[in-house]
Order: sequence, then C-alpha cells, then structure tokens
Amino acid sequence: MDSVNRFGPELILLAMAAVIILADIGWALAGTGAERMRRPALGALALTGTAASIIWSALLIAFDEQGEAFSGMIRVDDFALFFNFLFAGTAAIVILASIDFLRRNRFVAEYYALILASTAGMMLLASTIDLIAIFVALELTGISLYILVAFMKDGRSSEAGLKYLLLGAISSAVALYGMAYLFGITGSTSLDEIGLVVSEANGETRSALVLAMVFLIAGFGFKMAIVPFQMWVPDVYEGAPTPVTAFLSVGSKAAGFAVVMRIFLTALGDGSISSDWATVFAILAAISMSLGNITALVQGNIKRMLGYSSIAQAGTFLIGLAVVAAADPQLLLGTSAVLFFLGTYAFTNLGAFIAVIAISSKIGSDQIADYAGVAKRSPLLALGLTICLLSLTGIPPTAGFIAKVYVFNAAVQADLVWLAIVGVLNSVVAAYYYLRVVLNMYTAEPASEESIQPGYYLGLAMVVAVVGLLVIGIFPSPLLEASEAAARVFG
Amino acid sequence: MLNQIPEGVVWAILFLPFGSFAVISLAALLGLTRTGSWEARFSGYLTMAAIAASFLLSLWALDSVLQEDGARIGYDAHEWVTVGSLRFDIGVTVDGLTAIMLIVVTSVSLLVQFYSQGYMRGDPGYNRYYAFMSLFTGSMLGLVLASNILQLFVFWELVGLCSYLLIGFWFYRDSARRAATKAFVVTRIGDLGFLSAILLIWTKTDQLDIGQIQHLAATGMIGSSVITWFALGLFAGAAGKSAQFPLHVWLPDAMEGPTPVSALIHAATMVVAGVYLVARFFPVFIVSEEAINAVVVVGAITAIMAASLAIVATDIKRVMAYSTISQLGYMMMALGVGAIGAAIFHLFTHAFFKALLFLGAGSVNHATGTFDMRKMGGLARFMPVTFLTTTVAGLALVGVFPLAGFWSKDEILIEAWAEKPLIFWTALAGVFLTAVYVGRMLFLTFGGEYKGGEASDHGAQANSRPAEPHESPWVMLLPLVVLATLATTVGFVNITGGMNDILEGWLPEETHELVAAGDFVLWISVVSVAVGLAGLGLAWAIYSRKAIRAEEVSAALEPVQVLLDRKYYLDDLYETVIVKGVIMRGAAAALHAWDRYVIDGVVNGLASLMRFSSEKYRLAQSGQAQLYGAAIFIGVIVIVASVLQDELLGIVGL
Repeated sequence: MDSVNRFGPELILLAMAAVIILADIGWALAGTGAERMRRPALGALALTGTAASIIWSALLIAFDEQGEAFSGMIRVDDFALFFNFLFAGTAAIVILASIDFLRRNRFVAEYYALILASTAGMMLLASTIDLIAIFVALELTGISLYILVAFMKDGRSSEAGLKYLLLGAISSAVALYGMAYLFGITGSTSLDEIGLVVSEANGETRSALVLAMVFLIAGFGFKMAIVPFQMWVPDVYEGAPTPVTAFLSVGSKAAGFAVVMRIFLTALGDGSISSDWATVFAILAAISMSLGNITALVQGNIKRMLGYSSIAQAGTFLIGLAVVAAADPQLLLGTSAVLFFLGTYAFTNLGAFIAVIAISSKIGSDQIADYAGVAKRSPLLALGLTICLLSLTGIPPTAGFIAKVYVFNAAVQADLVWLAIVGVLNSVVAAYYYLRVVLNMYTAEPASEESIQPGYYLGLAMVVAVVGLLVIGIFPSPLLEASEAAARVFG
Repeated sequence: MLNQIPEGVVWAILFLPFGSFAVISLAALLGLTRTGSWEARFSGYLTMAAIAASFLLSLWALDSVLQEDGARIGYDAHEWVTVGSLRFDIGVTVDGLTAIMLIVVTSVSLLVQFYSQGYMRGDPGYNRYYAFMSLFTGSMLGLVLASNILQLFVFWELVGLCSYLLIGFWFYRDSARRAATKAFVVTRIGDLGFLSAILLIWTKTDQLDIGQIQHLAATGMIGSSVITWFALGLFAGAAGKSAQFPLHVWLPDAMEGPTPVSALIHAATMVVAGVYLVARFFPVFIVSEEAINAVVVVGAITAIMAASLAIVATDIKRVMAYSTISQLGYMMMALGVGAIGAAIFHLFTHAFFKALLFLGAGSVNHATGTFDMRKMGGLARFMPVTFLTTTVAGLALVGVFPLAGFWSKDEILIEAWAEKPLIFWTALAGVFLTAVYVGRMLFLTFGGEYKGGEASDHGAQANSRPAEPHESPWVMLLPLVVLATLATTVGFVNITGGMNDILEGWLPEETHELVAAGDFVLWISVVSVAVGLAGLGLAWAIYSRKAIRAEEVSAALEPVQVLLDRKYYLDDLYETVIVKGVIMRGAAAALHAWDRYVIDGVVNGLASLMRFSSEKYRLAQSGQAQLYGAAIFIGVIVIVASVLQDELLGIVGL
C-alpha cells in the first residue's frame, strides 16, 4: 500500500484524466441539453485533479510518508515533492488560463486529459530513480506535449507539433543511447547502483562515461532548452497554442532540470566525471545566456522573444548546476539555487504568458509593435505583464531579483567568478528587450481605444502568478527553505 | 531636547509614504477616485500628510543625532531570510549623514508635492502621479536608512524604477520612451558594478552590514585590492545614478516627465543617491588611493564638461539638467579630496536652490507652454514672483555672497586648495562656466521681449496656446517663496562648522586623520565671488546688452561650438557605434540572420527538392527539422571532443 500511497499525486492526475474523458462521453450521450455546462465542468474536474494532487503531496509531507515505492523504481523524497508542487501548481495555472482560450475548441476534454497526463509524467521524471522508469516518464511527458502543441490543428500549430515531435524523438533516442552506455558500463539501471560503480571507476571507463554523460545532456538539453539543443524553441513556442507554450516553457523545462539533477547528482555525482560535467554546464550556461539574450534583442514577435528569453533563463539555471560539482557546501548551494530559481521562474513566466494570452487574443497579434498603448486599454494587464518582465530582468522587489542574487552568489562562492560576470552582463542586455515591451505598452499611442478585458479565469490566473512572484520577492524564506530541504536529498 | 528616537519611529519615517502609496493604489483599484470630485484631490492631500509626518519625525531623528554629535545610532538588525549558512538581515540606522539626507528628502519632497497640486491640476493621471510620488519618496528614504548593503541595493533599484515610471509613463511620445530606455539601460550598466561589488565584499568578508564593512575597511582587515575593486564597483553604480562621466548621457534626455518630478529627481532623490552612496562608504573609499582618485578625476571632468554643455543648450530644463550633472561633479570632487562634510553640505544647499530652479522653470512653462528659451523672453514683467525667486536660485547656484551656494561652494574650494591645488583651479573654472550659463538662462528667459511661447501639453489647458503669459497660481508660488527663503538662508547653518561635525561624527576613528579639514581663507572667497560675477557679466554683455554678438562668439569658436552641439560626441559613440553598430547590427543581427536566412535558406532549398513529398510533410518544413536535428548531433560531437580532447589527441598520436 505504501507504494500506491506515495504514487498518489501522480495516480490522482491520471485517474482524473480518465474521468474527464469518460465524463465527456457521458455529455455526448446526454444530448445537447447539458452542453452549456460541459466546458466549465470539465475545467473544474481538471482543476480538482491538480488540487487533489497538491493536497496529497502535502499530506505525504505532513505524515512523513517519504520513501521508495514500487521496489526501488520511485523515490518520493523532498526533492520529488518539491517538483510535485511545482508541476501541479503550474498545471493548475495553465488550466485556468486555457478555459477562455478553448472557448471555440471541441476537444476540451482531451486537452485537459493530456495536460494532466503530461503533468503526471513530469512528476515521475522528478521521482524515478531507475533508467527504464525515467525513459517511460520522459515519453509520457513528451507524447502528451507533442499532441498539445499541434492542438489547434491549423498550419502553424501542426507545423510546430510535427517539428517538436521529430526533434523530441531524436532527443529521446539520444538520451536512451546515453542510458544504454551507462547500463553497459555499470551493469545496472538503478541510479544508486550506477552511482556506486561510477564513484569507484578507474580511468579506463572515462571515455565511455563521458560519452554517456554528453548523450544524456543532449537528450535532456532538449527539454531544458539549452544551447545547442534549443533550435526548436522559437518555432514551437510561436506555433503552439499560447497556454501550451506557457506549459512548455515552465513545466517541461523544469522537468528537464529535475531529471538532470536526479541523474547527475545520484549516478554521476562522485568521481572525476562530476568535474567534467560541471565544466560542460558552465560553458553551456554562458553560451545559452548570451545567445538567448542577444537574439531576443531583435525579435518582433513576443512569443519568440519569450522563447529566446527562456533559453537565456535556462542558461542562468545551469549556473547552479555548474556550481554543484565543487565541494560539499556548494552542492547544497548550487542545487537549491536551481530549485529556487525554477520556483520563481514558474510564477514569472506563467504570468507573462497569461498576459500575452489575454492581450494577443484581443488585439489579434503577437507582434510587440502591436502592444502599443496596451496600458491605456487595460491598465491591470499591462501592470501585471510589467511586473513579470521586471522579475525576468531581476529587479527588486520581485522574485527574480532574489533568484539572481542567489545564483550569482553561488557562482562566486564556487570560484566561478567569470560565470557570474557573464551572468550579470547578460542581465543588462536582457533589461533592454524586456523594457522595450513595457515602454511600448505605456508610452506608445494605442491603435484603438477599445478596452481589453481578460476573462474571469484568466484574470484569476494572472493575479495568482503576479501576487506569487511579489510575495516571493518580499518574503523569500518559505521557498528558500523548501528549496534547501529538497536540495539536501543529495547532500 | 527630545528622547533618543526609538527604532519604531525610524521605521515609520520610511513606511508613511509607502502607506500612502498603498492607500492611493487601493482606492484607485476600487474605483473610489473619480475625477473632478473631492476624492480626486484626496491622493495629493494624503501624500502631503504622509511626507509632512515623515519630515517631522526626521527632525526628531536629527535632534537625536545632534545629541550624539553625529555618531551612529545603531539598532539591532532583524533577520529577514535565513537559509542554512546564509543569512540576510534588514535594519535601519541613523547617523549624521542619514539625518541630513532625511531632512533634505522630506522637505524638498513636501514642497514639490504641494506645488504639484497646481501643476498637475486636472490631469487625468493625478492619482497615479501621487501614488508614484509617494513610492518614490518612500524608496529614497529607505535607501538612506538602510543598514545593510543588499537592502540599500533593493531601494536603490526601486528609486531607479520609480524615476523611469515618472519619466517615461507620462507623455505618449517617442522621445519619452527613448529617454526612459536610455536612463534604464545606462544606469543598469552602473548597477552592474554595484551588484558585483556586493557579491565581492560578501564573498570576501561574509558581511553585508554597512557599519561592519566600514569598520573592517577602516581597520585594515580587508585586503587593499579587494577594497579598491569594491570601491570602484560602488563608484560605477554611483556614477550611473548620479550621471557622472561617462555615464551622464541619460540625464539630459530624462527631462520628459512632469517638471516637479524633475525637481525631485535632481534635487533630493534619484541623482543624489550616487553621491550619498560614495559618502556612505567614505571610510572604504578613503583608504584606497586608487578609488578616491577615480572619484576626484571623474568628478572634475564631469563638473567642467557638463557646465560647458549647459552654455549651449536651448531648452531650459536641459540647462538645469547639465547644471545638476555639473554640481554632482562638484560633490564627487569634494568627496574625492576627502571633504565629506563639504560635499554633503553642498548637496544640502544645492537641493533647495536646484528644486527652486526647476519649480521656477515649471512655472515659466505653465505660463508659456514651452521649455525653449528662444521662445520666452521678457517674462520678468508678467511673472514677478517667479522671476525674483528664480533669480535668487540662480545667484545661489553661482555662489554669490551671502546666498546658500556661496557657503558650500566656498568650502569645497577651500578644501580643494588645501588638498589638491589642481582640483581647486578646475573648480574655479567651473564657477566661471556656471555663472555664464546661469546668466544666459536668466537673461534669455526673463529679459528682452516676449517671443510667444507654445501650446501646453500638460494639465487642464493642454493644447491651448496662452495669449499672454500669466503668473502661476498661489499653490505654485508659495513653494517658490519658501524655497527662495531657504536658498538664501540655509548656508548659515554651517557657519560655525556644526554641520560638518555631525556629518563627520559617524566616521570610524581610524579614518579621522584622512578627512580634509581646511580653515576659512578670505582670498578664496573673494576670488570665487569675483569669478562668478565676471561670468554673469559676460553673459550680460552677450545676451542682454548684446555688446558681444552670440553668433560672432560661436563663429569664432566654431570647432568648440560643434563639439558642444554634438555633446562631445559621446551620445553618438554610445548610440550609433556601440548600440546600433556593434550590438544591434553586429551580434544580434548576425545571430538573427543565422536563424532566419541561413537555416531558412537551406530549408527553402531543401523544400523545393521535396516538392514531391506529401502536403503535410512539406508543411512541416522538414528540412528545417532535419537541420535542427543535425545541430543536436553536431553539439554532441563538439562537446565530446572538447571534454575528451586529451584522449583524442592521444589516439591520433599528438
């Protein structure tokens, strides 16, 4: 029973996905009379699922029920639970933001079911400690997302979906290849056992280990959207339905970081290989930040801009991973910096995308130039988007500031001063393009005076995100403590 | 004499304006503030009440500090965040420097808020304006009171943020947007230095408490190279905020906001924050020769350069902006020669006469609808109060005895003479240039014939051209008169050197002998006033008497004129060469082109090859996806090769 209990947060999401599909069929059978209630009811079911998952995770903590499940395939520890909250919360906000967006789409039930299934996959990515289970979780997440990206079934959305599918398949294959190498070297699929063998490895296996490591970085780098595995990002972000883009940029990216931390800290955390991957991450961090930010400067489409920005942000998270491999105290500092950053980034980026959903669907354009004078047409949306962009820039008192100080401090403590400098320089470049959107909203003449009213649910999602990032910015303690508790799993 | 100010009251100084901001925002959100009713004016009253209360409490703080001879009244820091070994504190501290700054900020802000009631009357953004003003004032008070460098940085950024909101969010104009972007990016370049300095000192000493850092620096517990880099990082931040060369370019453009905002930014908040920062860390600067020399050199260059630019500007607010930059340069120069008392004393007097100059300019603009001095003239007749008060401010700026500016400028000159004679001569040249631009401004604006003005673009009379200039309403004139009185008298408060004592009373023992201390020198005072009068005389000869024709002067000095018109080519260097040329046209465009043309080009080529493939497949631009896939493998190969380079080189036998 323990296994099922610890698997509960995922289980409830999957069960709810099934309930939603069945309920939809029920509605179809019931005829058109109840049609009016269908959409809100399905949305409510989906939200209930995420809420139940969050509550279940909280109960696991309250009753000290952390531990392993399914004969060592899954480890529900503070790290996994941290991500349970992150993913379920993200899914809840995305669902809220989708209710208005899907007003004219027939396949609402499928949409919510896929979101829930994908969320369950992400949670598993954070908790599985066996290579085979990891791969299954990776595919559960990925396949749901491929369909979601293509969900609008118009030209752009289909194109994005197909691209995402093809590149996702390549990446999965690459990751699988890396796992096969690990298995070949160590003879085990369990991360703990691999870790034992790797820590005693002599020089002979080094080349093979390096190959495995790089394949894993490449495979999961796709999910994390870091350079040079980021090529798909702008096209897919632009083409996907915007709520799905938000989900990709937060949930999927966080899942990539979760699994990478799990594998690299458990299986490859000891021995000389750890300094190898730390160096690789440090260099990829610098390149991702610089390339993402500089390319974002010239983007005219706000979804593409946020895409490049998310590449740059991923680069900043990587700083934390690069810090990890140094001595023990840094291990804690680096890991918790990544976790804290992911938490703040979730609120920030979700908020930004929600504002984009609300504004773009009204003005019918994703072009930054068309955001002219939005502040006049909807002061609250403009204010919300401004706060999110300030947080992405890293200006106090938003959450983004604390996160940046925390991660740069971690880099300096670990003697990666050059990396901190690259990061700080990048935040100046980033300030420029984020601010451009803000100023366009506030100081340019609007094309029309018609006011923009976000729907009720969208407004609620926006408020949650913005209040969240301000609260974290002013009272960061709870999230910092949670990040540190989660990081201590590897300590 | 009151009891020593308790900590809760100190916090109240800071939280009163924040509270006013919160209440106004909440009221606006709930739709309680309709225009044209009493409720609409309520935000102004609330802001003034909050700041007035802060001012009274600041007087209490000053009283407590006087009893301590300016020494630090430390309060225990409060734990804000603790994670493992990391601990961030927040707290407040009051000492001589803080108390003087509190008085400056609250008093100038109060007068500006009062004046704004007239200037902003009928503006649809009235509530928003007062909400931002409350936040702005509160942030500046937080900056001054912070006992912890990270906390100081947070308020530092908030002050910056508010000023961009106030600069850029007013007019729907392209130039306002560009100005705000420029201000934001340029000051962020400076902040980068500040943030790096924080990370450096935190790593090296494990301290963020300002008092502790000062103590460690003064007692030689920190290595000299760390101190130098730390100080230079701080100075980069200060130079960005206080518009010091070469980061001064944003301030003249940042004049797009409402004039009262400019008054507040230039006199008491935003830009003096940089000077305050250097003063706050004076014990750190003073022990590093390199850092203190950087301060004095940059200050001197800024003072002269900005004063020369003020002579050619035609927009009255731009003249003021360059004047502010130049005066900030004076303060930095004073800090650089070790005269912290003189520097902050000058900050104190400057706050009043500069606020007065701006509010006077606002009053002129209110009457004529323009800031272009070439369209003014003859206003002395129409606006006697504005004319008289602005003249007082101008003469104070020049440093004419016995106005406020004379005392503080004189003190800087005396200290400079005692410490670094070269700086003394530079400062004296600055006095002359200052007198010329002040004279030019006064004669062009108030002398001669009225030249017509322009349609207004703010307030209730937006877009209507006034037939004849008129004196401003009493709500605007009263602050002018109060400020003029202050600009005349505040210089006397330091006549016995009492202010210097409390401004230096908080410095660590070890640094006392490094602080400059010059005694009154009569000939310096006489010479500086004479030089000032000579400058005014020259301006009179050119712009009023027309004995010397301005055109002839500029023709004779054509290369100089061109250099000044192009603002020493610094804006061109930054905007055209660095931003447009290197970053936008170079790096970003190259990366973008790679994305767009190389990849898409290959794609289109491949796509035409694939015309036979199915419709769906072609839609997906399969070539692009293939290329993206190939990039993954290239990435893998490059990373593997670089990690295993030793092994690989071994295989091929190198």
